[in-house]
Amino acid sequence: MKKNLNAIRLSSGDRIFNIINLTLLSIIMVIVLYPLIYILSASFSNSNAVMAGRVWLFPVEPTLAGYEAVFKNPQIPRSFVNTIYLTVAGTMVNIAFTIMLAYPLSRKTLFGRGVITGFITFTMLFSGGLIPSFLLIKGMGLYNTYWALILPGAVSVYNVIVARTFFQSNIPDDLYEAASLDGCSDIYFMWKFVLPLSAPIIAVLTMFYAVGHWNSYFNAMIYLQDSKKFTLQVVLRNILIANQIDNEMMKDIDAMQKQEGLAQLLKYSLIVVASVPMLVLYPFIQKHFVKGIMIGALKG
Amino acid sequence: MSQIVKAQPKPIASQSVFQRGLKEIKRHWQLYLIMLPPLLIILVFHYGPMVGLQIAFKEFNVVGGIWNSPWVGLKHFKEFITSYQFPRLIKNTLGISLYSLIAGFPVPILLAVMINECTNTKFKKAVQLITYAPHFISTVVMVSVVLMLMAPRAGMINNIIALLGGERIDFIAKPEYFKSIYVWSGIWQSMGYNSIIYIAALSGIDPSLYEAATVDGASKLQRIMNIDLPGILPTIIIQLIMQCGRLMNVGHEKVLLMQNNLNMSSSDIISTYVYRIGLENARYSFSAAVGMFNSVINTFLLILVNSISRKVSETSLW
Repeated sequence: MKKNLNAIRLSSGDRIFNIINLTLLSIIMVIVLYPLIYILSASFSNSNAVMAGRVWLFPVEPTLAGYEAVFKNPQIPRSFVNTIYLTVAGTMVNIAFTIMLAYPLSRKTLFGRGVITGFITFTMLFSGGLIPSFLLIKGMGLYNTYWALILPGAVSVYNVIVARTFFQSNIPDDLYEAASLDGCSDIYFMWKFVLPLSAPIIAVLTMFYAVGHWNSYFNAMIYLQDSKKFTLQVVLRNILIANQIDNEMMKDIDAMQKQEGLAQLLKYSLIVVASVPMLVLYPFIQKHFVKGIMIGALKG
Repeated sequence: MSQIVKAQPKPIASQSVFQRGLKEIKRHWQLYLIMLPPLLIILVFHYGPMVGLQIAFKEFNVVGGIWNSPWVGLKHFKEFITSYQFPRLIKNTLGISLYSLIAGFPVPILLAVMINECTNTKFKKAVQLITYAPHFISTVVMVSVVLMLMAPRAGMINNIIALLGGERIDFIAKPEYFKSIYVWSGIWQSMGYNSIIYIAALSGIDPSLYEAATVDGASKLQRIMNIDLPGILPTIIIQLIMQCGRLMNVGHEKVLLMQNNLNMSSSDIISTYVYRIGLENARYSFSAAVGMFNSVINTFLLILVNSISRKVSETSLW
């Protein structure tokens, strides 16, 4: 057997380095994973065990009481539905508007390109602020509607620039030249050529925007007044952070402690339920998310 | 060969920009039409509030609205700068930013380098999958997790402390812990996601540099110091610029959720102050002025940091 004379042997220093590297990264993984596992286990555990601090890694005295309480609360499924609707509608608007702005700007010969680009990028430098925006929304009669959550953020200038970069590197100039010689109009060109070629960037933008809509709470909190319209994160905030759980009348200390224990358990279960959609989809979309960031990172 | 004599268009030089522009717009009117809705959104919802910012110089009342409320000049700005809360707000805002910067900036870089040095692809993928995940947790859930883990009686952190024989601490109620909790939970959540851009930069380094260094006897550590880090220096500088430019721009969303009456002295920052004074107390003009004060500083900082960087290195945002 011939020895591979070109193989570079790892020095012992390098081997130690690799071991340290592996160890450090494993520790980091544990630090990231453990709180999540704890929450998961606690959500399935007996509330007394959680309060007493007996839960470490695995559920103690497993129970579904927390989850029962979660689904008994009518606010939660309703806000789930609201958020799904908002995410779908909002993301569609986002994608459409982003591409409608990004593609024309990607045409190098577009007249006024610099001016328009400057116009939109200035907004990344300076903004009117919370109060003027709030007064504007109120003044336009959009208060307590989902429009207030969809329209102001309909165009993310950062994403427009990312998409524009994508178009610049992926739609060859001569493609349009050739098509226009055959009488192809701009709109027809976009419809028949640009959109099909845009699949990667549309996928990436969809993920960015959808995650943004799903996770956002602040605008929903300040603009929605009708509790039936509340989105998931708003309900979560009310229950988890502002402690607005409906407590029945308590009869004695025992019942009160049990109530508090159940309230805590409900919180753990609620966190799991709220995060399940995102974390389940996550492994599948993670690869594309990373690719999306790379596209954005390579802007010329 | 037939000579077709075409009507010669006016030579370009003698056409004014305006005339040329009009011609282009007419030729590609569809493109301009398509850009109109998004541009309108930006005009209304991004520039619109800037117009509304004038109430910072007025005394807004409901009757007068934005346009007819009386002018008061710099009254609100003076009031803010001389108020007793001003030093505290600045201190908290800057404190959180600098803490975040110093503690949090190197972490994603180190993580990226460590991930890059992984020889086992399965392990590498596992690390990436796990560390990127917390980024997708919503702010509300994240803060809830933090609040529950830090709880004095049943929280995981205090359970560990009690196990080691220490005394339970009510972290959320004490102002001195606020910044640390805020910053480190932020690092926990975003270090994976923030490392992506550095991993991308690292993958762009010419592999032959590594081979040459290894042949010359460089250890892994030496390779990292001399090839990796210099190789991603432009990326690092741009990220540093962007973060410095946001020094006075700590967002209100997460802080608002973590604030309570007990830790207010450490957790009240400019943006949450604007929210409280403006939306909860309805002092629209005053809070608009505070917000504008903040925005102007942010803009100024960003421009300053960018021009410094342009002078010092070759990399800058524009």
